[in-house]
Amino acid sequence: MSAEPAPALALDRASVALGGRTIVDGVSFAVGAGEWVTLIGPNGAGKTTLMRAIAGLVPHEGRIELHGEEHRRLGRRGLARRVAVVPQSPVLPAGMAVSDYVLLGRTPYVSYFGRESRRDVAAAAEAIARLDLDGLADRQLGTLSGGERQRAVLARAIAQEAPLLLLDEPTSALDAGRQQEALELIDALRLDAGLTVFGAMHDLTLAGQYASRLLLLSGGRIVAQGPPAEVLTEPLIAEHYGARVRVVEGGAVIPVRG
Amino acid sequence: MSSRLWLPGAAVFLVAALLTGALIGPVHIGLGEALESLGAKLPLLHVHSPLSPVDESILWDIRVPRVVLGALVGAMLALAGASYQGVFRNPLADPYLLGVAAGAGLGATIAVAYLPHGTDYQKILPPAAFVGAAVAVVVAYAIGRTTGGSSAGATLVLAGVTVASFFTAIQTFIQQQHSDTFQEVYSWILGRLPSSGWSDVTLLLPYVCVAAAGILLHRRLLDVLSVGDEEAASLGVHVGRVRLVIVVCATVGTAGAVAVSGLIGFVGIIVPHAIRLVAGPSYRLLLPLSVMVGAGFLVLTDVIARTALSPAELPIGVVTAFFGAPFFAIVLRTSRRMFA
Repeated sequence: MSAEPAPALALDRASVALGGRTIVDGVSFAVGAGEWVTLIGPNGAGKTTLMRAIAGLVPHEGRIELHGEEHRRLGRRGLARRVAVVPQSPVLPAGMAVSDYVLLGRTPYVSYFGRESRRDVAAAAEAIARLDLDGLADRQLGTLSGGERQRAVLARAIAQEAPLLLLDEPTSALDAGRQQEALELIDALRLDAGLTVFGAMHDLTLAGQYASRLLLLSGGRIVAQGPPAEVLTEPLIAEHYGARVRVVEGGAVIPVRG
Repeated sequence: MSSRLWLPGAAVFLVAALLTGALIGPVHIGLGEALESLGAKLPLLHVHSPLSPVDESILWDIRVPRVVLGALVGAMLALAGASYQGVFRNPLADPYLLGVAAGAGLGATIAVAYLPHGTDYQKILPPAAFVGAAVAVVVAYAIGRTTGGSSAGATLVLAGVTVASFFTAIQTFIQQQHSDTFQEVYSWILGRLPSSGWSDVTLLLPYVCVAAAGILLHRRLLDVLSVGDEEAASLGVHVGRVRLVIVVCATVGTAGAVAVSGLIGFVGIIVPHAIRLVAGPSYRLLLPLSVMVGAGFLVLTDVIARTALSPAELPIGVVTAFFGAPFFAIVLRTSRRMFA
């Protein structure tokens, strides 16, 4: 037994090629258990593809490990028990009740022809309570507001009871208040349940505020990583985003004109 | 209405439809007589049938097999429609989506055109149609699969449309060359339930049982698929595998139904959608309800088809659309539920 626990997520020269084109190019990094690490980078840098590779939705070269276990050996269900995905634009069947939707998070624990056990129903109910959705449990997804939908999607991911939460632009559809609310909620869940959070975000200020470390992905490679203050610098952002910004005291990234 | 009452409600509807189908016809047979006759068929009851041998034969050799066949076909089409709509997440998907109808039509046309005159078409049409339907879907699947990807469902639907047009073109060409086949094939295409006793029932029953069991066992997974291929995969489901199994089941059952009864349209679309509109989108409830309501719906439609212009018979496909469409329009207008 090694003295040091294996990281929640570790990539070793992981690459993804889609349609003959290399999108993610030999990426190596590790995320410790309980950490919140955020992936930033311009459009087309390969953020979503990297997330999809970790979720097992596209094949990869190189190694990806989850708590020391080889990604490829886990199988679909095994992977789904270890990684819960909150997609950028989730598909929400309009007529489905919130409680039924959250129960879908238990899919990796239900046998092929089986049905949910009492344990599964209890886990879903717990996730609903944890995200303050009790009053909305019987409502149809189509009748929810944007913030409520986001909470329903998070509840489904929490019901999955996976140690790693994968967030792909989780707040891009929300207003400023709901964004903060959702990110605070995710942070509280992380601390309560000891989750590890790995996410991709566009808003650099929010990315810096909620993550303990940032990874800057550009052209499929990691070009900078470290605490937010070391990655969110004017020269790095100018070089990789082609954006003129000012980084002010406290880590806020402000676009400037001219 | 509470969701727990839907299943018993649908069962009552089905039983009422079956009784209506068995009792209505040119020869009057009362409910009491029919039930006593049924009792006489059961062991240990020591009931004597009050019916004359002729009425007995009308009930058990003509009406009941036709009612049972209608129930099997209706249940299968509704169930196949619901499951196609689920695996392709397309509300317009019907049981004929992947070329079943065009393939069956081509198979039937080839049989009528190229087999020697005097062949018993009643005997030869079902297997010919079944083989045509199966070939069409296999070709569609082969095309849709090789070009598949993350939008595999949509690709498959397009492949089905392609195969259907190609097969229909060949069928039309053969019909042009053999205009004498037109009458035979046309009446089959309009759909009808044959009154040929129990042989069609025994022919179709195994297909429907296997297909229905296979589909119903996947009802929870169909709910998972409703969040899309990618999210279902991230929940641990092998989406392609599940879709293949359900498509195979639905296709085998539909091909069997088409082989014995021709192309009965509309049932596979309106029955599942009407149920969705009133009982919600969950496949756990939708699939068993589709079986019962689809069966009852087709039996009642057949009663109209054979009584409206009695002694002539309307093609049942015409009746399903003529009465089904307005009914569905009413459900659509009065329901505030959204489509899933």
